[in-house]
Amino acid sequence: MSEQKANRFGFAINRSRAINYDTSDRKVREYVTMREPSFRLCFACGGCTATCTAGQHASFNLRRMNTYIRRGEIDSLREEVARCMLCGKCLLVCPRGVNTRNVVATTAEALRKLDRNEL
Amino acid sequence: MNSDIFVWPFNLGLYFILIYSVVRSTIWFRNLSRADKLRLQRGFFGMPFMQSIREIFMESLLHRRIFKKNPVLGYMHMSLAFGWFLLIVFGTIEADFFGERHLNPPSHAIFFRWFNPEHGASGLAAIYGHWMDFLLIFILSGLLLAVVKRFIPGMMGMKKTTRHTWSDRIALISLWLIFPSRLLAESFTCGAHGNGGFLTGNLGAALASFLPAADIAPYFWWLYSLSLGTFFFLLPVTRYFHIPVELLLIFMRNSGITTADRWSAYTEVQTHACSSCGICISVCQMSRAAGINDMQSVYFVKGLRNERDIAAITANCLMCGRCDEVCPVGIELGPLRLIERRQGEREVTKLKFFDRYGLMRRREHIEREPTQSYSYLTPEEEKPADVLFFAGCMTHLTPSVIAAMKKIMDSAGVRYRFMDEQGGVCCGRPLMLAGRDREARELINHNSDIIWKSGAKTLVTSCPICYKVFRESYYLEAEVMHHSEFINLLIEEGSLRPGYLHRRVVYHDPCDLGRGSGIYDEPRAVISYVAELQPVPEERSMSLCCGGSLGNLTLSSGKRSLIAADAARILTQSDPDEVITSCPLCKKTFAKATETRVSDIAELVAAALPKPVRKTRGRASLAAVKTVADG
Ligand code: SF4
Ligand code: SF4
Ligand code: SF4
Ligand code: SF4
Ligand code: SF4
Repeated sequence: MSEQKANRFGFAINRSRAINYDTSDRKVREYVTMREPSFRLCFACGGCTATCTAGQHASFNLRRMNTYIRRGEIDSLREEVARCMLCGKCLLVCPRGVNTRNVVATTAEALRKLDRNEL
Repeated sequence: MNSDIFVWPFNLGLYFILIYSVVRSTIWFRNLSRADKLRLQRGFFGMPFMQSIREIFMESLLHRRIFKKNPVLGYMHMSLAFGWFLLIVFGTIEADFFGERHLNPPSHAIFFRWFNPEHGASGLAAIYGHWMDFLLIFILSGLLLAVVKRFIPGMMGMKKTTRHTWSDRIALISLWLIFPSRLLAESFTCGAHGNGGFLTGNLGAALASFLPAADIAPYFWWLYSLSLGTFFFLLPVTRYFHIPVELLLIFMRNSGITTADRWSAYTEVQTHACSSCGICISVCQMSRAAGINDMQSVYFVKGLRNERDIAAITANCLMCGRCDEVCPVGIELGPLRLIERRQGEREVTKLKFFDRYGLMRRREHIEREPTQSYSYLTPEEEKPADVLFFAGCMTHLTPSVIAAMKKIMDSAGVRYRFMDEQGGVCCGRPLMLAGRDREARELINHNSDIIWKSGAKTLVTSCPICYKVFRESYYLEAEVMHHSEFINLLIEEGSLRPGYLHRRVVYHDPCDLGRGSGIYDEPRAVISYVAELQPVPEERSMSLCCGGSLGNLTLSSGKRSLIAADAARILTQSDPDEVITSCPLCKKTFAKATETRVSDIAELVAAALPKPVRKTRGRASLAAVKTVADG
């Protein structure tokens, strides 16, 4: 079915929500989920983003970062993760008890390992 | 005079350990920085030397600090260390005084009775024999406790006892054998010759009544010598190495050497000075409230010593500092953990047995590569102020604390500027706690710039985490004050006049403010001014951590809640009206863990302030006008 036709019935894939399996790299997600299982609890409510210290100074969004991890968009992720200050505000607002700081820390670790081909 | 080859295991062990100690100390000394070398040399010829001797006597022999924490455990350590020391001293005197010659080799003192079997039948020598027996029984009583502790740790009021490596085990067995074999060796010899003190004499006579004492005695002398020799040979690769190393540590510390922020000979000496006493386990809330029993400082230090992979252990700690507070050896456990965190991943090497004698290796200091970058921060323009108020990230999550601080400062007529009203930049301590010091520097520079530009004389913060890092890692002209200190100052000056609230409250010392920065009295002074302050079981330097600590990156929220609930339970034992703390993070953490109301010290004071006069009068007069009009 062509995209246009699908769209007419309202179930086309929104491009920004599509996961491209050719370019997605699941290694980071696997590494983070293994080291910080609470990552799986995130339901993308955005509470962390609303309170974020770094987000007040730059375009930084932990919820978006979580999406990048899930989708394996490594390049976007790399820029995003470096901006967090590990201040811990998000930890206190997260309704799901996601250990947000460690998600950031393990992601940074995973990316470094990826660069060194250790992942 | 008897001479026998059985003394050789002992002799070899003794000479080995003496030479080894000299070599190892020399290596450590050589690896000290120049400044530390100078300190140590100066310390050796001055007051620190006398101090060290005193400390060695009080701590390494009498174990005063362990005694204070746990008398039974203290007695165990004291009887073994001090008892053995006395046995050696008086044994040497005995050999010198009653022996055939003066200045005997050590083996003649240790195996005195073997070489002088006829000695001590009567007179002064017999009395001396009783004294030596007394010392032996003193040691044996401690040994009995040690055996009990190993098998039933609960008996000594300790929850858990430390785990052993196999070399520790062999060393432990040889240590345990030393004194019983001495007892039996002496008893058999005494039994065969019909002399000896109240212990060896009587036991010997009893044994000799049904056994060929003279034939059996040599076996036990062999065992005695072998266990001593084995113990000495294994000493450097076991936890018992702490005995000589602690002496060195005491000299170094008293000479003014400190841990600083990198691996050094001093940090290595500290890791070897841990006696694995396990006191740090029993105070750690991770074990007592959250059931996590593998990350306590004793395991961390052991991992460092044996170069294991301890990344998980290093990360999984609240950095609350309770263990630092109780460690009888005075190891700076928090700073050591931070150094290890800064290092990041390390290559794990499986140490071979001989590597563990540690003559060739040296821990390299590698800093982890930066992962974070804050180049997006733009410098702020100049905004002068006398008093700067920095709420801190966490305080922004407790708006009631900010409101209370505003009310207090307005009421006292303080002219201040709210530095991070529109949301500031993190102080940098959370990054430092995660071992990312270089990245933290970027934030520190950013904030310092704002503070310097304001020309402020005073910087007030509501968060102990920020307070600690402002004081320790920022270079500032402004005086840094925690809001509890500041409020205390305002009350003392008379510019703030809160009333008295009829509430019974307890105070929780936040880790970074209390143990971390030594601020215990000011908050208490403030609270006592406005309410009735009740004592809690563990407070001041032994106060509990709320469990919310940013010092631990990996701890799950479930475990945090367990720690918070346990701490809250202890805090509210006296059923107070309110729990007061002075850390926004503690407040948030406890609020979820207890039914009792939890407030910040600023909120308490703000509640005690008289209502602003003008507004009430305004409303009252309006009401008056209204009634007049209606009437
Ligand atoms: S820890 Fe990072 S993501 Fe969370 S609030 Fe702070 S800066 Fe934002
Ligand atoms: S607050 Fe928690 S659940 Fe919500 S988006 Fe952030 S991490 Fe996910
Ligand atoms: S770190 Fe200190 S308290 Fe812990 S076992 Fe070692 S000596 Fe004892
Ligand atoms: S700092 Fe606190 S959490 Fe960490 S080991 Fe010591 S007592 Fe336990
Ligand atoms: S929030 Fe309070 S009790 Fe908890 S770690 Fe920080 S200072 Fe300690």
